Amino acid sequence: MLRIEGLSAWYGEAQVLREADLEVRKGEIVTLVGRNGAGKTTLLRCVMGLHGRAEGRVSFVDEDVTRLAVHRRARRGLGYVPDDRGVYATLSVEENLTLPPRVGPDPWSLERVYETFPRLKDRRGFPGTKLSGGEQQMLALARVLRMGARLLLCDEPTEGLSPLIVAQIGDILREVKAQGVTVLLIEQNVHFAATVADRHYLLAEGRIVESLDNDEMKAREGELLEHLGI
Amino acid sequence: MLEQAFNGLVGGAFFALLALGLAVIFGMLGVVNFAHGAFYMLGAFGAFVLLDSFGVNFWVALFAVPIVLGVVGVVLERLFIRRLAPLDPLYNFLFTFGLTLILQDLIKSRYGVQSQPYPRPSALSGSLDLGLFTYPTYQVFVLAVSLAVCALVWLALTRTRVGMIVRAATEKPELTRALGIDVGRWVTPVFGFGIALAGLAGVLAAPMRAVNPLMGADLIITVFAVVVIGGLGSIFGSVTAGFAIGLVSALGNLYVPALSQTLVFILMAAVLLWRPAGLFGREEALS
Repeated sequence: MLRIEGLSAWYGEAQVLREADLEVRKGEIVTLVGRNGAGKTTLLRCVMGLHGRAEGRVSFVDEDVTRLAVHRRARRGLGYVPDDRGVYATLSVEENLTLPPRVGPDPWSLERVYETFPRLKDRRGFPGTKLSGGEQQMLALARVLRMGARLLLCDEPTEGLSPLIVAQIGDILREVKAQGVTVLLIEQNVHFAATVADRHYLLAEGRIVESLDNDEMKAREGELLEHLGI
Repeated sequence: MLEQAFNGLVGGAFFALLALGLAVIFGMLGVVNFAHGAFYMLGAFGAFVLLDSFGVNFWVALFAVPIVLGVVGVVLERLFIRRLAPLDPLYNFLFTFGLTLILQDLIKSRYGVQSQPYPRPSALSGSLDLGLFTYPTYQVFVLAVSLAVCALVWLALTRTRVGMIVRAATEKPELTRALGIDVGRWVTPVFGFGIALAGLAGVLAAPMRAVNPLMGADLIITVFAVVVIGGLGSIFGSVTAGFAIGLVSALGNLYVPALSQTLVFILMAAVLLWRPAGLFGREEALS
């Protein structure tokens, strides 16, 4: 569904991605694991077309989207959940949800969003940033689901959230997967990654150094945690 | 004192119209439009030339001049601003600064630097009895038009889908594109609209302010301070700050005349020390 080939990216003179290759198949949840500064966020931004200086090839559903404008990529079905959650302060919760156009074959209705996330319904008239961190994360996820995205690009959705909310995000990701949506997930929480994902890529200094399945991930949890410096 | 406060609100009406356009343009394009004051000046000169050379009255000018300037803004955005936008923000700043100098000098070479007379429209001459004091009818009209325009823009921004997109793109342009919205498509009309508002302020200014090539340059520095005080890119903040600064500087004029020119900037410094993102700005907007 998503294929990245030879992706390199720079910030000024500093190269942050070095010929990274990666593939996500339809219906999979794949995590991208790596230290801070390894290039994870840059990789997601490149998929979305948000990073200026990049080389290599990104294809989505058998189409080369490398040169496609950012908003057109979203309209092809890429759902971006940025690391800062990207909740608009000047939009109400409901406006935050209804801002993106519907793009996929199976978008969530507002009713379904509110059924799954009752807190968002209670607060639908509030400015988006009046929500708690966890609620904002739910809002960012709900937004791309209502959009009908076919591939979710989630940049560390569990960062800084309580275990209860992390578990809830896990449930949502599993529900989304059951619906046939594909997810590429940046995750520092190795344990959480192993419970929701099918496969894992380990990114170090801008290179994909390893591809692990769940069993390998669990077996090497200690070693990976050490590598990640957690 | 009440009368002076009213003067302040009328002055604030011009700040608000100009700051509104600047804020939307800055938010959505990331462009500090230095030429905003020049378009205000062109608005006033447009009204003057229409009346002086073609006998076209104020009421027609009030609609025609902003529309024409809005179209000029659209062309400008398409031809230049858009091409410079991906580069360092400095390029567009220099471009609009250069444009200001060119426009000012073009008008100067044709009309000189002395102020041109522009009569008040006859329907708005005289004074109105406001109960506590009488006030020139025209000034009341300016205040009413400005409030009405700000209210209409506010309604359009908060109640329509286009308004929602403009708010979103003003707050987070990059993310808004990543959510599937063609921000570029909305940038051109928004730029044109901002310029049209500057033109409207210019036409409104013609009968009550000196119409000369530098009228915009004198005003725009204060308007920049207004936008900064309101919070860069905050639409609501810039309008509120516009009226508030008008009020404060008029009252300051009354009580501490020596500070009348610098008061706004002292205020700006104080606000920035207290809230670095401005009164209605958000801290994250700075990064």
